[in-house]
Amino acid sequence: MTSKTPIHLTINGHRHELEVEPRVTLLDALRDHLGLTGTKKGCDQGQCGACTVHVDGQRVLACLTLAAQAEGRAVTTIEGLAESDGTLHAVQAAFLEQDAFQCGYCTPGQIMSAVACIREGRAGSDDEIREYMAGNLCRCGAYPHIVAAVRQAALEVAS
Amino acid sequence: MRDFSYLRANSIDAARQAAALPGAMLLAGGTTLIDLAKCGVTEPETVVDITHLRGLDTIAVDDRGAMIGALARMSSVADHADIKSRFPAVSEALWQAASAQLRNMATFGGNLMQRTRCPYFRDPANFPACNKRSPGSGCSAIGGVTRGHAVLGTSEACIATYPGDLATALVAFDAIVHLGDRQVAVDDFFLLPGATPDREHAIGPGEVITAISIPASAAARRSTYLKVRDRQSYEFAAASAAVGIEFEADGRTIRDLRVALGGVATRPWRARAVEDALKGKVLEPDAVRRASLLAIEGAADHGANHYKIELAPRVVARAILKVGETA
Repeated sequence: MTSKTPIHLTINGHRHELEVEPRVTLLDALRDHLGLTGTKKGCDQGQCGACTVHVDGQRVLACLTLAAQAEGRAVTTIEGLAESDGTLHAVQAAFLEQDAFQCGYCTPGQIMSAVACIREGRAGSDDEIREYMAGNLCRCGAYPHIVAAVRQAALEVAS
Repeated sequence: MRDFSYLRANSIDAARQAAALPGAMLLAGGTTLIDLAKCGVTEPETVVDITHLRGLDTIAVDDRGAMIGALARMSSVADHADIKSRFPAVSEALWQAASAQLRNMATFGGNLMQRTRCPYFRDPANFPACNKRSPGSGCSAIGGVTRGHAVLGTSEACIATYPGDLATALVAFDAIVHLGDRQVAVDDFFLLPGATPDREHAIGPGEVITAISIPASAAARRSTYLKVRDRQSYEFAAASAAVGIEFEADGRTIRDLRVALGGVATRPWRARAVEDALKGKVLEPDAVRRASLLAIEGAADHGANHYKIELAPRVVARAILKVGETA
């Protein structure tokens, strides 16, 4: 019953073939099987948002998604956000400029969530940003700078 | 997490057949199932993934009501223009639930199947006694830390609070669960714990939720979902209310009223006594506050959750007055 099965995942535009047990989450597949450790494991039970990735353009939690479920979907991780020449995404640049982190562990999840938040049109005010970024916890308490970074990036994306 | 075999259903019939197998569980958004599997609470032998089925995520709204496919994501339904205009309480209940990421994952049908759970239920290693997990083993919550536990619909076997927001709105507006051809009123779909808290839903092995329908009504069109909680976002309700009002032509006499409570009961809780007390009456703050006390008739606390008995009627009254004021 616990035999490994082959699956195909498309991560950041690249197709990967791997053999995993059915219980392996997308988060563990990314980190432990594909070496993509930018996506972080925080609580591993859907409460902190550190593992936020995009599946078919929607922000989701990789810790509560089975790798097998992601087959046939386009997965984007923090490693796939910058352009191929290294130019940072507007949200990444804004996080640097606004110093929107301390330890940095939640940052990849914050950035993936913020990219989606802006795309969803939910970054219109500080209150809206706080509400729609509520699924990403920051134990260092960098929230004021995170809100500032999302606000700045939203303006840049719109212009 | 114990390993399981993974089966991807290619049709609803295949999903029904697979779901009928012993130890099989359906997987949609996975936000409850995978979480509880990691806690060691749920140990499926086979996980039947239905998220690749096509045609089950449609949202159709017309003058008769809304028909929402079981696999429609919470976020899609919350943002749907016709749901927002004709069923605002449903949209508001959805976007105030969980987080943006979880709402993108969790499905409309799966939301109804989320477990009624409490911290003791989620922690089998430290609290082996749980009648919901192991029928007959006892209840660790009774006599324990009960701040979040239910005050309505409890039994000697279980006092876990139904945590969902969506179903609270659905029960107020007489929504119907479609299990293929079989239809069950949402009000009948959620079971009281009684002596069998392990059984939460009126669904049998091999049955699959295909859609949920909500009949159109004037009360649903003029409705709201008010959620009061310990922190402003990403938190379960301390107490919540789904309320809808239809006025007579005079604009102040209540013709139809719908009231349901969340965060205080063991299942989504329709408060018909409040509705009956105010129907035919003129909307007036003191009368609303008096009638709202009927919402917690029969309530019983377990110490630390006593505040819910005071809070719930205030939330109901505030929601009624808020909807009544919006012209």
